[in-house]
Amino acid sequence: MNLEEYKGVYVFAQQVDNQLSSIAFELIGKGKDLAADLGTEVTAILVGSDVKGLADELAAYGADKVIVVDDPELKEYRTEPYTHAVASVIEKYKPEIVLVGATAIGRDLGPRVSARVQTGLTADCTVLEIGDFPLNPIPGKEQKHNQLLMTRPAFGGNTIATIACPDNRPQMATVRPGVMQKREKVEGAKAVVEEFNPGFTPDNKYVEILEIVKSVVDTVDIMDAKILVSGGRGVGSPENFKLLEDLADALGGTVSCSRAVVDSGWKPRDLQVGQTGKTVRPSVYFAIGISGAIQHVAGMEESDIIIAINKDETAPIFDVADYGIVGDLNKIVPMLTEQIKAVVKK
Amino acid sequence: MKIVVCVKQVPDTKGGVKFNPDGTLDRGAMLTIMNPDDKAGLEAALRLKDQYGAEVTVLTMGLPKAEDVLREAMAMGADNGILVTDRVLGGADTWATSTTLAGAIRNLDYDLIITGRQAIDGDTAQVGPQISEHLNIPVISYAQDIKIEGDSVIVERQYEDRYHVVKAKMPCLVTALAELNEPRYMTPGGIFDALEKEITVWGRANLVDVEDSNLGLAGSPTKIAKASDKVRKGTGEKVTLDPEEAVSYLMNKLTEKHVI
Repeated sequence: MNLEEYKGVYVFAQQVDNQLSSIAFELIGKGKDLAADLGTEVTAILVGSDVKGLADELAAYGADKVIVVDDPELKEYRTEPYTHAVASVIEKYKPEIVLVGATAIGRDLGPRVSARVQTGLTADCTVLEIGDFPLNPIPGKEQKHNQLLMTRPAFGGNTIATIACPDNRPQMATVRPGVMQKREKVEGAKAVVEEFNPGFTPDNKYVEILEIVKSVVDTVDIMDAKILVSGGRGVGSPENFKLLEDLADALGGTVSCSRAVVDSGWKPRDLQVGQTGKTVRPSVYFAIGISGAIQHVAGMEESDIIIAINKDETAPIFDVADYGIVGDLNKIVPMLTEQIKAVVKK
Repeated sequence: MKIVVCVKQVPDTKGGVKFNPDGTLDRGAMLTIMNPDDKAGLEAALRLKDQYGAEVTVLTMGLPKAEDVLREAMAMGADNGILVTDRVLGGADTWATSTTLAGAIRNLDYDLIITGRQAIDGDTAQVGPQISEHLNIPVISYAQDIKIEGDSVIVERQYEDRYHVVKAKMPCLVTALAELNEPRYMTPGGIFDALEKEITVWGRANLVDVEDSNLGLAGSPTKIAKASDKVRKGTGEKVTLDPEEAVSYLMNKLTEKHVI
């Protein structure tokens, strides 16, 4: 493998129902930073059926080039035809970096593509930068420059590791949604659009989709909320979440919860914060009746301000809270709500 | 029907995390459990066995003590256990791990392979799909329900805002979510039987169609540049106050920080 042949930062521009996912723009945003460091460009790989019209939107968020793989076999996400599409783009265009969102699609597509093109893949990255590997020179060992350094949490956020892929190309990473910044949208920006179809011939690996069942989502996505009022088992009952909902309403925030609450059936899974739920970074995070297991903390510790209310003074949530109150949430929360309402009204 | 279930012995994160000097995990120094998603995958296999009849083989790669998770799986009802262990396999990333497991599976007859979605130590969710690619069979990830219909498997495949009901011809690989089911307990009889049963131990020589250059730390395309315990932001203030005082304390902070 001649590593020098591989050039350019490529991102998988995920679309579902012919609507681009936010992660596509986030990856372009990060890709632009990396491309600037490497003196190269960002190319979006757009895969689907009748999706060519989405190229302008990718350009508006900063893509320099869009490769469109458009085929009726690509209407819904299925592992095999999408893997074939992306792997074929990699084989033809030889990018040095390929970024994929760590979504339910990307975490299936990424590993399959990496195995097909025989390169490494680093999962769920939260920091990407260009640097040297090894980080510091080691006598007798070549230090490679301009490497993609991929940083990711592991062990439920207990540890972080920075990983490189020095001897294989492309360097591939899946990137956690909601972490990288999109660029400001520039209406009318244009990208070079190129169509490429490697041919799709169904075989045993093309699974059949019998049915698509969309879940009714009537709540705001907690990943977008500026203020989150999050409750744990300590709230006591599903009815008692009313206290948290009132506080959230008074602050213009949203209610979220811990895994224990979801497991007890008090709240739906899309409100769950933590390692097996969502990673959130609101301006203010209230942790109410949440003990603060490491898996929960992993999903919220990047919040700007963390306020914890818990009656157990030894609860680990106090280790990450900016302001911790040891006390009874049933008394404190309603009183706080009333006072906030009084202030906000003025 | 023959089902292969891949399981991993993982450190119980409650016990803390320890590293070797080279930045890889010191797995020997931590308490261990069967990875939760894998256990759900095993339970799914055992339910298919109960319902349709199947031979369930549990496969793991790890240190010799990973035999413990195979014994546990057999005590739950798995028929066979295979441990792949060899010094040359140590330090493998997901690519080298999936190459190794695929090399082991090539020795076996199988209709269905089940892995957990992801392990709680690495959280990558990569090994299942990568095994399927090496074996050139379809994969269905994130399964929240698994059924068999003739020579096909029908799976509810979870996405963020929907699920797809997907049908694939076997052989096929499915990755299981922990919420797929509630794993059964080991039975006393099962534990007794599991101790009697032979565990198959394979090394490098037993792997089929695998090159040395693709194994272990040396065969891993990804390399650790740096690993460390996460630097957490320092503890803030913790106060114990009457409810009234607590509320005025919070009101002050919220005002100070321009939240209200």
